[in-house]
Amino acid sequence: MRFGIVVFPGSNCDMDCYHVIDQVLGHPVSYIWHQEKDLTGFDCIILPGGFSYGDYLRSGAIARFSPVMEAVAEFAAKGGLVLGICNGFQILLEAGLLPGAMMRNNCLQFRCQDVYLKVETNETPFTNIYRAGEVIRMPIAHGEGNYYAAPEALAELEENGQVVFRYCTPGGEVTTEANPNGSCNNIAGICNKERNVLGLMPHPERCAEEILGNTDGKKLFLSILSWWEGQRCEEVLGCG
Amino acid sequence: MFQARIFVTLKDGVLDPQGAAVKTALTSLGYERVADVRVGKYIVLSLGHSNREEAEKEVREMCERLLANPVIENYFFELQEVSS
Amino acid sequence: MAEQKPLWKEMGLTAEEYQRICELLGREPNYVETGMFAVLWSEHCAYKNSRPVLKLFPTSGPQVLQGPGENAGVVDIGDGQAVVFKIESHNHPSAIEPYQGAATGVGGIVRDIFAMGARPIAILNSLRFGTLESPRVRYLFGGVVSGIADYGNCLGIPTVGGEVYFHPSYNDNPLVNAMCVGLVEHDQIKRGRASGVGNPVMLVGAPTGRDGIHGATFASEELSEESEDRRPAVQVGDPFMEKLLIEACLEVIQTGCVVGIQDLGAAGLTSACAETAARAGTGIEIDVSLVPRREEGMTPYEVMLSESQERMLLIPEQGKEELVQQIFHKWGLNAVVIGRVTGDGIFRVKEGGNLVAEVPVKALTEEAPVYYRTPRVPEYYEKCRYWPVERLPVPEDFNKVLLTLLEHPTIASKEWVYRQYDHMVLINTVLRPGGDAAVLRIKGTKKGIGLTTDGNSRYCYLDPYLGGMIAVAEAARNLSCVGAKPLGLTDCLNFGNPEKPEIFWQFQEVVKGMSEACKVLEIPVVSGNVSFYNETEGVAVYPTPVVGMVGLLSDVTKYCSPGFKEPGDHIVLLGPLTGHLGASEYLAVIHGCEAGPVPEIDLLQEKAVQDCCRELINQGLVKSAHDCSEGGLAVALAECCIAGGIGANLELEIEGREDAFLFGEVQSRIVITCVPRHLEKVREVARSFGVPVRLLGRVGGKRLLIRDLRGRVLVDLVVKEMEEKWRGSLSKAMG
Repeated sequence: MRFGIVVFPGSNCDMDCYHVIDQVLGHPVSYIWHQEKDLTGFDCIILPGGFSYGDYLRSGAIARFSPVMEAVAEFAAKGGLVLGICNGFQILLEAGLLPGAMMRNNCLQFRCQDVYLKVETNETPFTNIYRAGEVIRMPIAHGEGNYYAAPEALAELEENGQVVFRYCTPGGEVTTEANPNGSCNNIAGICNKERNVLGLMPHPERCAEEILGNTDGKKLFLSILSWWEGQRCEEVLGCG
Repeated sequence: MFQARIFVTLKDGVLDPQGAAVKTALTSLGYERVADVRVGKYIVLSLGHSNREEAEKEVREMCERLLANPVIENYFFELQEVSS
Repeated sequence: MAEQKPLWKEMGLTAEEYQRICELLGREPNYVETGMFAVLWSEHCAYKNSRPVLKLFPTSGPQVLQGPGENAGVVDIGDGQAVVFKIESHNHPSAIEPYQGAATGVGGIVRDIFAMGARPIAILNSLRFGTLESPRVRYLFGGVVSGIADYGNCLGIPTVGGEVYFHPSYNDNPLVNAMCVGLVEHDQIKRGRASGVGNPVMLVGAPTGRDGIHGATFASEELSEESEDRRPAVQVGDPFMEKLLIEACLEVIQTGCVVGIQDLGAAGLTSACAETAARAGTGIEIDVSLVPRREEGMTPYEVMLSESQERMLLIPEQGKEELVQQIFHKWGLNAVVIGRVTGDGIFRVKEGGNLVAEVPVKALTEEAPVYYRTPRVPEYYEKCRYWPVERLPVPEDFNKVLLTLLEHPTIASKEWVYRQYDHMVLINTVLRPGGDAAVLRIKGTKKGIGLTTDGNSRYCYLDPYLGGMIAVAEAARNLSCVGAKPLGLTDCLNFGNPEKPEIFWQFQEVVKGMSEACKVLEIPVVSGNVSFYNETEGVAVYPTPVVGMVGLLSDVTKYCSPGFKEPGDHIVLLGPLTGHLGASEYLAVIHGCEAGPVPEIDLLQEKAVQDCCRELINQGLVKSAHDCSEGGLAVALAECCIAGGIGANLELEIEGREDAFLFGEVQSRIVITCVPRHLEKVREVARSFGVPVRLLGRVGGKRLLIRDLRGRVLVDLVVKEMEEKWRGSLSKAMG
């Protein structure tokens, strides 16, 4: 399976994602410069964390107009897997590939800390080897992770099971205290209706190795691999 | 030549944590009659347009495409003719 | 009109200095030249008052690849890799505008690191503020922290460690010291040298504006009132620009065409050109009209002295200009040839066809006067030292004392600070902020590095010689607690006005003490920075040397952390179990008294304790290790409990005052834990190092219980309660 990591000039988690896919998963991966328009040959595109174009106006606002984002939209429309982490999630929202918008954390400060997440659904290519309802630990590092969607849009997300991760207590309770940024319904990550585009604020690439003291994020990447293996079997066996 | 002064604010229904913090600070300074505070962005564009309607149309477009996010933000702008 | 001061005086030069410049040039300098001398001969650039004293520092060792004198120091970590690091102050700008002052401080130190060809992998800091009861101090503290956060976070360099102290001596003069650490392959190390006559001199990065042209060097005659209005008082940082600059510079360096590279910091182009030429023994010629500007109508003087941020000077091989430009344009940045390297040792500045300055390089960089100040022991010294601290009453309730200390901002958790810093990006952070030192892994190897900053200014005020020693010893002890062997240090020396004999005495004694500790502990000084004149209305800050230190773990998986681990583990003290009241945080916080003798330190004993601790960690015998510092043994034990989320039960053999035993700051002590079956082995190793070792108790339960040998309960507190005080303190204070 071939991964591509989009590099905006201000991306700064691109090397981290590369390291995990290359060194931890041992899968082929390459960087994609933001001016690139051709994504042929890739099976999964990652929009990494960072400050794409400085993000002085709004996180991700300028990135959405980059040549590569047009290609990403096409890639997603054809069913390709797109994973947006942190700034990547913000870009997906600005680009309209996921619904809603991101606002400043309600504490008005940047937050870098571990949070607990409830895996709300394992029926996505990104979460299939987690248990539904499983509580995992992942680091966040953002100043604008306060997810907002209008009430109707929010209801629709909930109804379709598009909320993938929610901030919770270590015991799995979804409470206001467990919410680090004030996001609507404690949302930490959502997918699109077709479930091939995922955006999340926490950083799975920061918790995928023993030496960093936490491997809960590795399962997200392993889910992608497992989904892809499944797809390939279906293709080969013709039982899709 | 025109100058566009654009104001971007959060929509009414959207919680504005920055505004809330400023309100709390003002209240604690004794300004108790401040009923509400909304914090927004102020953007100034110097435009090379010679036609007001054209300038207005383009500024609106810029606001909708980039300068404001319609999911959470409102905008309005003033257009003023300036000498070059 | 008021009487006009001579230009040179207005720019901060003395009559003797001006005289000397005239002699060196054989004529009077013109306006631009006077400005260039004024900035390069300033204390900040020339170290006029500190140079003779700084020579005391040991600066060599087999691991040192680059000592002081370059943009940053470099030490070898094996496998052809090296670590580059330096600490620098940004005190004065931060006192005026805390957010931008701190942000640009980070920007500057990061540029020093990648100027050496290294990829920056960590930022640390050391901060000093007044007391948080003052709204102004809270504003400064909040602003500095968010300035550091916003800049470092955007760059994608983790801020992994640091320290914050609060003391009234910093009420008007906060200290903001930032350290950056980079990683580089030996063969990629670059230096700030303008070598190779004929090579182009390129200015890359942000365009130049009127930022930060020094107030003292400001002369009204060439500037209209209008331009004065436009002049921003502080430099503003653009972290996105800096991020682009890092990537572009490292990419250019990769191509192998870079001869020399230098950051534009204080004194901007003037300093960068003069220093690079001086180091290479060459001359340099530039044309200011080629410098990309952000503002119109800038004079040559303004261009030469602008401190606009996010700019670098690059000297590539001749013929590689286009390659450099290609790479910079890819990152959306300027890269312009503004001059060339010459062989005549002259720094020549032109504006188009006109010559605006022509000065021998060495006159600017090497001929600045050196002042040998006379030290004088301040009056307070003897008085404080012999102040009868032992006459203070012993408190009744040690629980209350411990909780008060844990809640004191200097001792309390700094989570409020470091949760605003991205401390995990680059995924190397093995031990996060909050411990004795941060630990980073080095990807692709088994190695790790330990990083810390340290400096207790109360000790240095009361006894600068001992205080200097302790600053070095404690930084090294912090590294040893995580299992890292100290490799080298960088220092930031923050003092008052050195022209005052008492301040100069503090400075000289601190450096002597630090040097002595460096020699015994075998830790060379590889880079550093001096910040004088930290005074307001004649009142100086406490003498504050800050030590930034880097250590190596040959196997990063063996790193050790401070938190207690499992019930039943033995708690063991390495080092002496004695009491000492003088100069402690306890005296200051509980009794409002800053006096008494500073704790003695036996450097050989210190070395033995640290070597022993590392050996125990290396042999896998230790489950936790934590240094005893501010607040003494009781605070150290409380911190181990809080970090581990578990209690402890201890019995102490106490002679004399209990408070001196519980809260005294006796040096050379580390609290470790081990499983019971390893206790004998631990004792054996300690004995082989000649280190006192004593079993204090066991880990377990939900309380910290400390008794004396007669069974009298001294401290009995629930860990959760201690944690609430300790963790919540700063958030509470900051609202």
